Amino acid sequence: MSILSILGVLSSALFSGTSLLYATLGEIVSERSGIINLGLEGTLLISASTGFAVTYLSGNPYLGMLVSMIVGGLTNMIMGYLVIHRQANQLASGLALMFFGFGLSAMIGKSFVGAKIEGLPRFTVPGLSHLPKLYSSLFSFDMLIYLSIPTAIFIWWLLFRTRWGLGLRATGENADTAFASGRNPKLIRYQALFVSGLLAGIGAAHLSIAYTMTWAEYMTAGRGFIAIALVIFSRWHPLKAIAGSLIFSGAVAFQLLLQSSGVQISPLLLDTIPYIITLLVLIAWGGTRKQSTPASLGRVYSGRE
Amino acid sequence: MVRSQTLQNKEQPLLTLRGITRAFPGVVANDHIDLDIYAGEIHALLGENGAGKSVLMKILYGFYHADSGEILINGMPVSIQSPHDARNLHIGMVFQNHNMIPVLSVWENIALFLPDLKFVVDAKNVERRIIEISDRYNLKVNPSKLISQISIGEQQKVEILKLLLSDARVLILDEPTHVLAPHEVEAFFKVLDSLRKDGYAIILITHKMKDVLECADRISVLRGGRLAGTMLREEATEDKLINLMFEKVVPGLIVGTEETRKEAPEPFLELQEISTDTRGMGRGLKDVSLKIYPGEIVGIAGVSGNGQKELCDVILGIEPSSKGKKLLAGKDLTNRSIGIMRKNKVAFIPENALSMATIPYLTVLKNMVLTKTRRYSRHGGFSMDWQAARADIENAEKRLGFSVPLNVIAKTLSGGNLQRMIILRELESNPQLIIAAYFTRGLDVQSTIAARQALVQAREKRAAILLVSEDLDELFTVSDRLAVLFDGKIVGEFKPKDTNMYEIGHLMTGSGVHTDAEN
Repeated sequence: MSILSILGVLSSALFSGTSLLYATLGEIVSERSGIINLGLEGTLLISASTGFAVTYLSGNPYLGMLVSMIVGGLTNMIMGYLVIHRQANQLASGLALMFFGFGLSAMIGKSFVGAKIEGLPRFTVPGLSHLPKLYSSLFSFDMLIYLSIPTAIFIWWLLFRTRWGLGLRATGENADTAFASGRNPKLIRYQALFVSGLLAGIGAAHLSIAYTMTWAEYMTAGRGFIAIALVIFSRWHPLKAIAGSLIFSGAVAFQLLLQSSGVQISPLLLDTIPYIITLLVLIAWGGTRKQSTPASLGRVYSGRE
Repeated sequence: MVRSQTLQNKEQPLLTLRGITRAFPGVVANDHIDLDIYAGEIHALLGENGAGKSVLMKILYGFYHADSGEILINGMPVSIQSPHDARNLHIGMVFQNHNMIPVLSVWENIALFLPDLKFVVDAKNVERRIIEISDRYNLKVNPSKLISQISIGEQQKVEILKLLLSDARVLILDEPTHVLAPHEVEAFFKVLDSLRKDGYAIILITHKMKDVLECADRISVLRGGRLAGTMLREEATEDKLINLMFEKVVPGLIVGTEETRKEAPEPFLELQEISTDTRGMGRGLKDVSLKIYPGEIVGIAGVSGNGQKELCDVILGIEPSSKGKKLLAGKDLTNRSIGIMRKNKVAFIPENALSMATIPYLTVLKNMVLTKTRRYSRHGGFSMDWQAARADIENAEKRLGFSVPLNVIAKTLSGGNLQRMIILRELESNPQLIIAAYFTRGLDVQSTIAARQALVQAREKRAAILLVSEDLDELFTVSDRLAVLFDGKIVGEFKPKDTNMYEIGHLMTGSGVHTDAEN
């Protein structure tokens, strides 16, 4: 394996890991407030398809990204209405939202399959532009990649260093206590879901507008669920999510590299490497005492009597 | 002008409740209650379980809505729709079951309740303010520790700090001494006293007569949702208060030991030099040897956290012992499972009925059957004989003299009723060994008597009983033998008549271990 191919693995890990990181950050925010959103996959799909459609129609990827974010936030409001207002079961609501997302995104994207767009522009990492083109093109990223780690730090700051974050975490641990402190747990959960949707929208935009620059039905291919697993992996912590999404997408890129280098292992087996790594991490994590699952994750808050 | 105003301020209550009424399905929890609270007083709200104390205070704190009635502050009517409103009116409340968030730190839990918290939280500033107030009122805590890392006594301090820092002037404390060890109670009252001197109005919800007579300025008694009377402490006596609390005459508070037990030849339970590993915040047992004979109550005295939980858990088979032997009726059952212990007719009344002995969302009936599903299963376990279960429970209710509603969800029972349910369940099948931990904690006077009588009844049936308690009065009145647990060791064993509370107290705190422990 050459240096070039290893750099290639790193580069494509960054590209495919970015949408994962944004989605994971979003899920962390909603789970910290006590809502497990299994509909994340659906939110990602609806955002990715509308974002792509708007970019194609307007020719402006920034507008597409903005629409993708807002659509993500609004899609999550459906989830919010179900589980906060109507007090429906979170798991069932999430799954319903996911299947709704499959259908809706397929319909929105139908006439854009195979369409070509001008994606988000890429900038070479400063100081590397003098490298040969073959190398420097590996280090040419769009703004969402550059912003991903700052965003993770921002979300960490928001959750752990602000009043809003404190209230949000309190709601996820014990909504009654949050209520007793003069907060409105329902409002906080709506806010968390909206922020979560915005982040999922950025992730989806990266996928369809910046990375692949195409729309294909079910293009997220389980990213929403991997993000939910990564939330556990990163123990509901935004900074650990960076490592989580990089390790996972690195494993994906690595197995692609193995496949293309002609290793004599069934490609079907190689496909499972990232998931085996995920399983191994969950096994290793599972036994530790220091759990950080929000205590009222998945529970309905019915308010005062 | 000025003079009359100051006079008026003195006479005008800080807080007035007028005609507060609130009904829940099937019960009127508060029936036209009037109450005046003044600044600089400790006002005790006394009443047995279910008298409506907590509901009244939760209405004041905006947790419940009153069906009718009004609340005035400094004579002005106010509307309290939520805790948010209450806190804006400088009313703060500490709930009976502390609802702080264990995975957050002390300062974060307090910051949550600060009205002037900036959007970007300044942890240093919050910690400084906590330390400032905690120094003034002697409420020492470490602000950066997690709530799960500190003791219940310290958590109580954090709750008080939380109210003080959130600018509350009316402090509502729901059963604050319920979770405290005896020596912590005294320190706690001192804190309340200094708060009163600084002009805070303190409402103390309690059913402990001793607390009331020790620290309250005025006492209001609730009975069956109504205000039975209000009096100054000087004019209150235990008898007067009991008369207000209960309609019917209460038999003597004390369930005495009638005669000295005849010791059976062989102990039912024997621990031989049992030790356990120290884990986390718990305290391991060190070479604990203990015999309990059929037909006797062995009391375990000690400040909680000195190995009581481990002792119960080892006997029950919840926790393994690292050393030593456990014999039950002569059989070696060291480190056998709790299932095997249960089969050998061991009953357990744990310290926290809701979290340790109940499935909160099942009905009471189902909870009652939980420990003996085998007995009532029919058709090879495909159906249950609820009829038989009900009949057995009714028999037990008659025998023990109290009853619980069977068809309600267990979680909706009050703390006292829940404890009754567990006592009924555990004593119903004539166990041969009963492990009872703090089993009258949280019970009102009447239930306490009934519970103690149930225990004495079980002793008459030759059950061996281990009673863990912090209430020395209880231990001295009920036990046949007393052992003191300190730092995981048994530091003294007595017959109640051969010792006194003073001696036991010293052993409990570890100060008198070297003196006359051998007796």
